[in-house]
Amino acid sequence: MKRFTITPPVAALILAIALFLLSGFLPNSYGSDIDVAMAQATNIVRLAVFLGVIAAGQTLVIISGSEGIDLSAGSVVTLTAILTYVYVSGQDDKVLVALLISLVVGALIGFLNGIGVTFLKISPFVMTLGMSGVVTGAIIVVNHGNVSGKVAPIMTRLIARPISQSIPIPGAIVIWLIFGVLMWLLLERTTFGKNLFAIGVNRITAKLSGVNVTWTNLATYSLAGALAGFGGFLLVGNTGVVLIQLGQPYLFPSIAAVAVGGTLLSGGKGSYWGTMAGAIVLTLITSLLTTMQMPDSVRRMVLGATLLILISIYGRQGALRQ
Amino acid sequence: MKKRFNWDFLITRYPVFFPLILLVLSIAINLFLQPNMFALDTINSNMRVFLPLILLTVGQAIVLIGGGIDISVGGIVSIVNTILATRVGLDGTPELMWQYVLISLLVGVFAGAINGFFIAYLRLQPIITTYATSFLYAGFALFILPNPGGGIPADVANLYRTTTPLSLPLAFYVIAILLLAWIYVSSTRYGKYLFAVGGKAEAAYETAVPVTLVQFSIYVISGFMAALAGIAITMLSGSGNADIGNSMTLNSITAAVIGGNAFSGGIGGVAGPVMGAVTLSLIQNIISFAHIDTWWETLVKATIIVVALAAPGVINLIRRRRA
Repeated sequence: MKRFTITPPVAALILAIALFLLSGFLPNSYGSDIDVAMAQATNIVRLAVFLGVIAAGQTLVIISGSEGIDLSAGSVVTLTAILTYVYVSGQDDKVLVALLISLVVGALIGFLNGIGVTFLKISPFVMTLGMSGVVTGAIIVVNHGNVSGKVAPIMTRLIARPISQSIPIPGAIVIWLIFGVLMWLLLERTTFGKNLFAIGVNRITAKLSGVNVTWTNLATYSLAGALAGFGGFLLVGNTGVVLIQLGQPYLFPSIAAVAVGGTLLSGGKGSYWGTMAGAIVLTLITSLLTTMQMPDSVRRMVLGATLLILISIYGRQGALRQ
Repeated sequence: MKKRFNWDFLITRYPVFFPLILLVLSIAINLFLQPNMFALDTINSNMRVFLPLILLTVGQAIVLIGGGIDISVGGIVSIVNTILATRVGLDGTPELMWQYVLISLLVGVFAGAINGFFIAYLRLQPIITTYATSFLYAGFALFILPNPGGGIPADVANLYRTTTPLSLPLAFYVIAILLLAWIYVSSTRYGKYLFAVGGKAEAAYETAVPVTLVQFSIYVISGFMAALAGIAITMLSGSGNADIGNSMTLNSITAAVIGGNAFSGGIGGVAGPVMGAVTLSLIQNIISFAHIDTWWETLVKATIIVVALAAPGVINLIRRRRA
């Protein structure tokens, strides 16, 4: 008899929908108004886009195994957001170049992480943590706490506004869907994706089967950096302003989103669909707690407890006794 | 193949070797910038500031050896700090203080036991579990003390700040006790189990090591050490702040790794991480004494840390290129 199982991405999605429906009973929520409910749901998904994109690189690095993690993602997001903001300064024709700059700068930082992790054998946790400090330090040195710039109108229109008058779906969500399909193709339909899962399961067997472990690892960190860079570009398009702490609040939630989405933190198993669902669940919980107007302390405790319950349900590792 | 100086042997046999070089280096630079560094007053005032991080790092080091990680330690520090600051108060009696010190230690052990339960018995992944509980603990600290305030009696705080038995700082005795305790523990059966579980839990299980119990215990130890760190930092600052432990978590991890404990577990000790914690704190001192422009501080500090982390790897790479 086949055991009935729900995959983590589906479980996370069901949970998100259930939570959202339950939230209708809250005193200051949407109640019985379908239009308001739809608008609220759309808004939550729109907010989840940025966490989801930032968590994409995190997904790759975590799948690559060997304690892979990227703690520099938050600072890279801040950096590329500031770069975009300053470089574009309100001109539409500079947007594409700004996007390119964001990707390249992110990839470069990720590449440095990769060098440290692959060649110098530094644990990813401390390597990327150190890199995060370096990037944050560089941001402080360069802009001295204040930046002048402006987001281009075309970015706001494509990212923050609905795609058209009749379809009230923000462009960010459409971008995220396309992005999700690309991530799926990358993970499931390319050699790189296959190699990535292979090195995540076991580096030695991967090497013996002809996978270039060193190159794959370097590429993974570079790609993760580039994706964080893309996250910064999108984020500034939505907020329209930059802060020195813009990206940092997304860092640990990005890891949590990956874990909630069922990707094994020990590597070798996971999907981007899961991360997308995880990002939606986390954003939903955070915004529900805000709607309920709880004090900050209770909000943090509830978030911690929810996360603990979520991972207790399906984040468990196999038993020691096989 | 005639190589008298065997680097690999040195690094693996004496994991303290590299942290020691870093420590000596940072002491030398600090001495250059602050000539009176070895005056007893200065040593005492430095060590009492370093001690909370040292205590926290020792707990983290043991968790790392056991193959885990604890990112909730900062939250535990904050809880202990807020409990002491609100329950004892500025005009409390020393008896009340010691009573709550005891309670704080129990709270630390309990918080560690929660981590241990989820990680060892429910088999959740350490990093995400302690990340979740860090919210739980930091939130609880904020719940106890929403705004910075409160405090402990001044004479109790001074006990920590100025006690110098045999004219040596209190911290030296604490460190000595920690190291002696570690030397004893690592020679016991439990010590062997700890390294076995950290090295490869499945293999340890096959050889009848009580893996679950050992995994549980490391988080309890870490919680206990975090409570000690919380008590120390409260006596140092004399006041309460629910955010006091936040920045300490990542520092304790960095210090333990600089000290030679690897994330993969089963490697390292406690002496190295203690040196790592002192080195990390000295770097902070060096930066403030070097009169570096405030804007540059973060960058300089982070760069030094990355270089310190990268150095053993770089040396290894050069060596292998030559061989």
